[in-house]
Amino acid sequence: MKFRAKIVDAACLNHFTRVSAMIAKLAKTCTLRISPQKLNFILSDKVANGGVSMWCELEQENFFSEFQMEGVSAENNAIYLELTSENLSRALKTAQNARALKIKLTNKHFPCLTVSIELLSVSSSSRIVTHDIPVKVIPRRLWKDLQEPTVPDSDVSIYLPVLKTMKSIVEKMKNISNYLIIEANLNGELNLKIETELVCVTTHFKDLGNPPLASEDASQDRDPEQMAEVHIDIRKLLQFLAGQQVNPTKAVCNIVTNKIVHFDLLHEDVSLQYFIPAFS
Amino acid sequence: MKCLVTGGNVKVLGKAVHSLSRIGDELYLEPLEDGLSLRTVNSSRSAYACFLFAPLFFQQYQAAASGQEALRCKILMKSFLAVFRSLAMVEKSVERCCISLNGRSSRLVVQLHCRYGVRKTHNLSFQDCESLQAIFDPALCSHVLRAPARVLGEAVLPFPPALAEVTLGIGCGRRVILRSYQEEEADSTVKAMVTEMSIGEEDFQQLQAQEGVAITFCLKELRGLLSFAESANLALSVHFDAPGRPAIFAVKDSLLDGHFVLATLSESDLHSPELRRLAPPLQAHGTPPPDDFANDDIDSYMIAMETTADSEASRAVPSIPLSPGLRPPCSPDPYSEDNEAEPCTEPGTPPPKKFRSLFFGSILAPAHSPPGPSPVLAEDSEGEG
Repeated sequence: MKFRAKIVDAACLNHFTRVSAMIAKLAKTCTLRISPQKLNFILSDKVANGGVSMWCELEQENFFSEFQMEGVSAENNAIYLELTSENLSRALKTAQNARALKIKLTNKHFPCLTVSIELLSVSSSSRIVTHDIPVKVIPRRLWKDLQEPTVPDSDVSIYLPVLKTMKSIVEKMKNISNYLIIEANLNGELNLKIETELVCVTTHFKDLGNPPLASEDASQDRDPEQMAEVHIDIRKLLQFLAGQQVNPTKAVCNIVTNKIVHFDLLHEDVSLQYFIPAFS
Repeated sequence: MKCLVTGGNVKVLGKAVHSLSRIGDELYLEPLEDGLSLRTVNSSRSAYACFLFAPLFFQQYQAAASGQEALRCKILMKSFLAVFRSLAMVEKSVERCCISLNGRSSRLVVQLHCRYGVRKTHNLSFQDCESLQAIFDPALCSHVLRAPARVLGEAVLPFPPALAEVTLGIGCGRRVILRSYQEEEADSTVKAMVTEMSIGEEDFQQLQAQEGVAITFCLKELRGLLSFAESANLALSVHFDAPGRPAIFAVKDSLLDGHFVLATLSESDLHSPELRRLAPPLQAHGTPPPDDFANDDIDSYMIAMETTADSEASRAVPSIPLSPGLRPPCSPDPYSEDNEAEPCTEPGTPPPKKFRSLFFGSILAPAHSPPGPSPVLAEDSEGEG
């Protein structure tokens, strides 16, 4: 198993740093999957995560000037590593003024992802920062739990409003209730609702637009005014929104009534899918 | 005692107090002939810090009323720090600062003369105290490195603010290496990330140390001095010896000098075999760690805290008086470069355990081996960070 990669472009480095910062906010521990074309940050829907799952994908070509990997075997040409997301984010943050950044899989008494940064220095000598991030290599037999989740057939698909706005609203709602209802229809309307014994608060978003539907049948059968709703844990929604520091290029919300809400975002060239199950 | 600080020096004084506050909870103020000294020590006696402001730093400096003895006092760090809490405010609005200590009144008076005629007077209660004194001499340390504070400030940037300990050493190619040090619990499955910063020799004004030497000390305690030195644009020098012996961090300019003396982990503290294996990268290949214990004038290098009621001895002179009772166990002459002096211990026995904390109290009997097990290097439990 081998992995070495290098980033020399400042913009790519900043983008990668932002992605890792986002992942650090979304999941404390996650799986990094390294394959010849892509890098994935994965959180599988275990009970420990509260059923939340995440799939983040980026094309390695868009970031790395050099990229070499050798998976477990020729047929299984991938590497799955479990790591503490914050470590990677912290390591990358120190690369603010880097001339070059190298990542490689090493074994320094325990498996590590070593991030080696050559800093720009005023003097002639270079300064090198090295971070050894401990990782756990995930064995082949557990890979099946870490595959790309299938996108469910949603009842409603809608474009999200500005995430910052959503976040500040949900933050205030969190003080009133632990559970939130997210509902949307095919008329570009999305509501965030909380209901308690004493009070009900609803925030209405209009004219959001809906992405074109995949199947023709569904669009004809469904009344555009009819809302599809899911009850979810408000903290999970807040955690997801808190991770989005920058407004995404594209943001779609897919709702399967009373089952799951699926967020499909695109940050420039990095795709993020986040699933929050209905509170049961 | 009466001192008057004006202009930009007020902020310098404030910054010094901020950096001292990271070490200890009590500030020892002592007006001396060569200046006003501000000292502190942490609760576990493993860190000592001292700033000496020369008389020229002040617009007016009077150590003691004529004919009277200079008064010493000990104040709560929190109280003194509160006067200079907001450095931004100090810089913007304070024109003069007057510190006076009157034997008759039981208060230390700090008066800030601010703009627009505003005058803030702080009456701080104090305790009489003995002189807090550490005996150490940077000149006797075998290794030195010196660099502009900015270099070291940038060097510690990659380390998280919460990181307690760091190892400083010389690696291959005479690069100066700073590496995060974490005590690994035997049963912990979650390993911590290790961060290492490597700086080339060229960034240092002075580098007198061989490849392979390294010391581990509390970074949190040093950060105070680092930020002071950076803001004052001074060079910081680090004087150190073998692991276990205190390391001295010093800044100096014509008007002031500052010394932070921090205990370092001794070889025996690196008890985890894994950690020992991690240490080799800092050592040049094949070079065993220098055995300074062989030439042991223990007490010269020990930093001993003495309380002396005797005013003659109370001056914090940075030299090594071999006071009676601290007779060197073996070689009569103080530290010599000669490593062939007879070892005090039998060959094959491990080197005597070094004090890991700076002792406060009576002079130790030289013939006895150091009392052990000394308290483990402990962080200031109440410090700000």
